[in-house]
Amino acid sequence: MSEHLTADVAIIGGGTAGCSTALHLRWRRASVVLLERGVCGSQASGVNYGGVRQQGRALAELPLARRSREMWSRLAGIVGTDCEFMTTGHIKLARSDADMGELEAYREAVRPYGLELELLGRNAIRARYEWLGDAAFGGSLCSEDGAANPRLVAPAFARAARAAGADIRENAEVTGIERDGGQFRLRTTDGLEIRAANLVNVAGAWGHEIAARFSESVPEDVIAPNMCVSEPLPYFMVPNFGVCGGSVYVRQIPRGNVIFGGGRGIADRERLRAYPVAAASLAAMQQAVALVPRLRHAQLIRSWTGIEGIMPDDIPVIGPSRTTEGLFHAFGFSGHGFQLGPVIGAVLSELILDGATPTPIEPFDIARFTLPAPANP
Amino acid sequence: MPIRDTADAQFRRLAEHDRPVVRFAIDGRPCEALAGDTLLTALLVNGRSLRSSEFDDGPRAGFCLMGACQDCWVTLEDGDRLRACTSFVAEGMRIVTQGASDDER
Amino acid sequence: MSDRKPVIVGAGPAGISAAVTLVAAGLTPIVLDEAPRSGGQIYRRPPPGFTRSRQALYGFEAAKARRLHEAFDALAGRIDYRPETLVWDMRGGALHCLSDGRSSEIAYRDLILATGARDRIIPFPGWTLPGIYTLGGAQIALKYQGCAIGRNIVFLGTGPLLYLVAYQYAKAGATVLAVLDTAPFAAKRRGLPGLLKGATTFAKGLWYLASLRARGIRLESGVGPIVAEGDTSVSALRYRAADGVEHRIACDGLAFGFGLSSETQLADLAEIPFRYDAVQQQFLPAREVSGRTPVAGIYLAGDGGGIAGADAAELSGERAALALLEDRGQAVDKPHLAAIERTLQRIAGFRAALETAFPFPADFAAAMADETILCRCEGVTAGEFRRAAAELGAAEVNRAKAFTRCGMGRCQGRVCGPAAAIVLAAALAVPPERIGRLRGQAPVKPIPLAVTA
Repeated sequence: MSEHLTADVAIIGGGTAGCSTALHLRWRRASVVLLERGVCGSQASGVNYGGVRQQGRALAELPLARRSREMWSRLAGIVGTDCEFMTTGHIKLARSDADMGELEAYREAVRPYGLELELLGRNAIRARYEWLGDAAFGGSLCSEDGAANPRLVAPAFARAARAAGADIRENAEVTGIERDGGQFRLRTTDGLEIRAANLVNVAGAWGHEIAARFSESVPEDVIAPNMCVSEPLPYFMVPNFGVCGGSVYVRQIPRGNVIFGGGRGIADRERLRAYPVAAASLAAMQQAVALVPRLRHAQLIRSWTGIEGIMPDDIPVIGPSRTTEGLFHAFGFSGHGFQLGPVIGAVLSELILDGATPTPIEPFDIARFTLPAPANP
Repeated sequence: MPIRDTADAQFRRLAEHDRPVVRFAIDGRPCEALAGDTLLTALLVNGRSLRSSEFDDGPRAGFCLMGACQDCWVTLEDGDRLRACTSFVAEGMRIVTQGASDDER
Repeated sequence: MSDRKPVIVGAGPAGISAAVTLVAAGLTPIVLDEAPRSGGQIYRRPPPGFTRSRQALYGFEAAKARRLHEAFDALAGRIDYRPETLVWDMRGGALHCLSDGRSSEIAYRDLILATGARDRIIPFPGWTLPGIYTLGGAQIALKYQGCAIGRNIVFLGTGPLLYLVAYQYAKAGATVLAVLDTAPFAAKRRGLPGLLKGATTFAKGLWYLASLRARGIRLESGVGPIVAEGDTSVSALRYRAADGVEHRIACDGLAFGFGLSSETQLADLAEIPFRYDAVQQQFLPAREVSGRTPVAGIYLAGDGGGIAGADAAELSGERAALALLEDRGQAVDKPHLAAIERTLQRIAGFRAALETAFPFPADFAAAMADETILCRCEGVTAGEFRRAAAELGAAEVNRAKAFTRCGMGRCQGRVCGPAAAIVLAAALAVPPERIGRLRGQAPVKPIPLAVTA
């Protein structure tokens, strides 16, 4: 038994990017069908560390990240809940003089983008955060950055999009995509047939599969960031922090759990399964305790990971297809897509409805990987 | 020699009274238990709770006694954490049931 | 390779029996156990320096306990026994073990998981108060520490353990105020024909009952708990009797439980597929009566693969070990295998009768008051959990966990899991098997961040 749907836009992928796109399109009265193979937010959007961070990004990402940050402030107004977003500040720690040099250079490089970072030397950082151990040489503080609960965000966008009239189908795996006379025709496992003038590929680690169907092959790989969480401890660590080199990142939520990550788990893209790896957890535990000696008393209570798409240059693919009219991509967020999710919806809706977006996205052009091929008939 | 349990104690000794005494402290108060007592027993023959729930529903005194429920984790003065039902009380142990332990670097 | 030592996780009756069987066949298994001494829960051995006899500790099971303890002790020098060792993760043919603050890996080719069980509970208002323990917990306090959980104790719940622990307490000199069985009298009558098939066990149950009655202890059936009252510890239990009348009984100790739940976290990490078991009302790892699972080289024995009791655990431990030997190419006595399996089938029939006579009161969970704490680790109420279904669209238990934190605490859903599943299924008006199960995640129990590797 098949159900036939028609929409202005079909979206493949129910992560934050996809659900935000659905919401933004509905605000502008475009009709939307979103197809999610699992439940919204079940992949990268839901399993990541939860850092809402501008600092540390490639410069190319900063315009997007700045625009997204403004949306995070208004999240409760956008989706009806703040998803536990807190402006905790983000500190990138230096563990050597060379690291400090790196932080200083980055501060200068981002200033033209309007991002102000505060550099703290060894004494200053230890005075301000007395729970830091001797390994901290100093750090760079972005007081605008923060964290949120990743498990809540995509589902909240999905609910808001549904309330705004988007047709969101979960447990709907796309099995067939065709281009047929200026329209896209999709089929799902449970017999849905969708026709849409536009198609949005926000399929995360599987985005390359969809792109490949339109002769746009890109080298998307997978990573599985290994995540750990401690039992609740008395709340003492307000900022979210990482280190130069990125080998560990640590934050505490007001309830007391300390969430930290580092190293890689195992991602099985075909079987849609991902497993944390004991060695990675043990290494992250060691690093966390080295940075915050007080954590040595805490117990680890859970570890997890997920499947995230990564591009070789560590920045996503965002923008219109270079082969197919009406097809738009946003995938491969390389382990740092969480903060960008909300703004992707704004940008993609602008690309679809206006043909352009005010936010610079040229560095993310899919063409940087693919040779142009004749557009599909 | 049988040890008299604290009047306001949750657990009541019925047997195995003849064991060496172990001296330890709860919230700075000197207490006694017997060798072979788990930390949970030692705390509950001297009082009615092990800790306070982190999420405001009051005192806790363990639940399953077999290391499954994880409700009996207690903190020592030096910050160490022990699961009380699967740890034995030791001479000189100093347990904190109220508030935080010393912040050791 | 076939010269790799087989590994057994758990030194209760199933693990002990498996170890004895493997050693008799010439193998040298590694036996890992969390406890300092063998015996598991039911045959738990007291700490050094305790003097009560096995008779005092185990009653009717004293001979069995002795036999198992001695059989395991006799393996010394012929097994690689590692007590106080927690298997906290497993993947790719390796177990990750914590012992004495250190984590290490043990590679395996053949593995017998004999991880046992824990009490199965349903929260009711006030259940987190000090002085309230599981039936198994109350039994451990007495058996392992020589203590009663309070001065004036009420026993509540259903199943054979209810009567056994109350009897043990009364016999040891504790003040037992009442034994309140949630199973209606009619259920016990319905289960009677099946119970008679386990004559010895049934006779023991009658003995406990008669003994409690002879002591003038209040015994009731068809009871429903309303609330445990108290400020900083339990001071009374209010309950509804079978006739609907409310009663209040002052007490300072309360032990409750409704049967047992299998400990299946390692089976989950081992990627054994799970199926919903309607008798046990729990998702269980797929296991043949031989102990074999769909994962080559991994066997399940004892209550960790499905609740069947201590006698079945011994037999299934032996059976799983024989399956392992057979799979390694050793000849095994086929008639003996068949005999074990026949006995296991018979015990399974008895177990089903127990579930009929002493049914798990799932309706209590479905009707749990909104303000009841459902997840005691995280302080999540039943109402908050229901709201995840009603307002946030959670159609499955892991989703509800992600939205509410229920099951995210230190116990990983061991305590709240069975009841949470029923609360969610009832809120969604679907059968419990449709709302999924909480997954085992490493570490299966908390491990210190400061662990050395």
